[in-house]
Amino acid sequence: MSERKELVMKVVTAFAAGALFTVGLAISGMTKPDKVIGFLDVSGSWDASLAFVMVGAIGVHLTARRLLGSMKKPVFAHSFHVFARTRLDAPLIVGAALFGVGWGLSGYCPGPVIASSVVSGRPALVFIAAMVLGMGAWEILQRARVIDTNKEVAVTSDGAQESTDVS
Amino acid sequence: MQPLRYTIRMTHFTPLSALAGGALIGLSATMFWFLNGRVAGISGVFGDVVLGRAEARAPKGAFVAGMLVAAVLVGMLVPASFGASPRSIFTLGIAGLFVGVGTRMGNGCTSGHGVCGISRFSLRSIVATMTFMLVAGLTVLVVDHVWRIS
Repeated sequence: MSERKELVMKVVTAFAAGALFTVGLAISGMTKPDKVIGFLDVSGSWDASLAFVMVGAIGVHLTARRLLGSMKKPVFAHSFHVFARTRLDAPLIVGAALFGVGWGLSGYCPGPVIASSVVSGRPALVFIAAMVLGMGAWEILQRARVIDTNKEVAVTSDGAQESTDVS
Repeated sequence: MQPLRYTIRMTHFTPLSALAGGALIGLSATMFWFLNGRVAGISGVFGDVVLGRAEARAPKGAFVAGMLVAAVLVGMLVPASFGASPRSIFTLGIAGLFVGVGTRMGNGCTSGHGVCGISRFSLRSIVATMTFMLVAGLTVLVVDHVWRIS
C-alpha cells in the first residue's frame, strides 16, 4: 500500500474510532457528569453503573489484544506505539492525583468533556479552555527543564559535547 | 466538625447500558491500536492535537473530529444522553486546570490508563488508575459532604 493510501486509511479509521468512542461514552452514561459524580460518591447512594463501563471496555480491549497479539505491525502504520516509561515515578502518581481532583470536582474527564463541548456548550468549553491551559503550562515547564538539564550537562562535561539530547 | 449529611442523587443504576457503552469504547481502542498503532487515550490524543507535539497529527486530529461529529449527531438524536455538570462555571474552570496539568504530568486519563493501560497489564496504568479513582472519590466526599460547594 502506498504511503498516501496508508495515511488516508489511518485518517478514515481514526475518524471512525473517534466516532465510536463518543457513541460508547454516550450510551454508557459517561457524558452525564452528575452520574459520574454519583459513581465517585461512595458515601451517598452509590451508583455503581460506571464500574461496568470499565468492565465492558477492558473486557473487549483485553480480549482483542490477546487474540491479535501476534500481529507484527498495525494494519495501516509501520509500528505500534512504544511506551517510553515502564517504572513507577513521582510524576505519574502526582499527575494521577491532580487529575483525580479535577475529575471529582467536575464529573468530567477528557473524553466526555470533549464530546460534550458541541452539545452542552459553555460549561464544557470553559473546562476545555482551562484544561488546554493546564496542559500547555505543563509542557512549557517540561521544555524549560530540558533546556536546564542540557545546560548542566554542558557545564559538567568538561567541554565535551556529548549527551545533550535529553528527551 | 459537622456530621456527614447524605444526599440522594437522582441517578439510576444502569449496568447494561454501561456495559454496552464500555464495550464500544473498548472496540474503539482496539481499532485505533491495531489499525493505527496508537493508544486511544483521549488526554494524549487531544493534547497532541492542540499542542502540536505529534509527529503525525492527522490521524489524531481525525479521531477528535470523529468524536465531535458523532457527539453532534448523538446530541440531536438522543439529547438526554448528555447531562449538565452540577458544578458552577468557576469550579469547572479550576477542575479543567487540574485535569490538564494532571493528565500531562501523569501521562494519561481514564481512557489511556484506565482502559488501554490496564488491558495490557501496565503497572504504571494500574497504579495511576487506582490513584485517580481514590483521589476523585475523596474529592467528591469533601466537596459534596464536607464543604458542600457547587
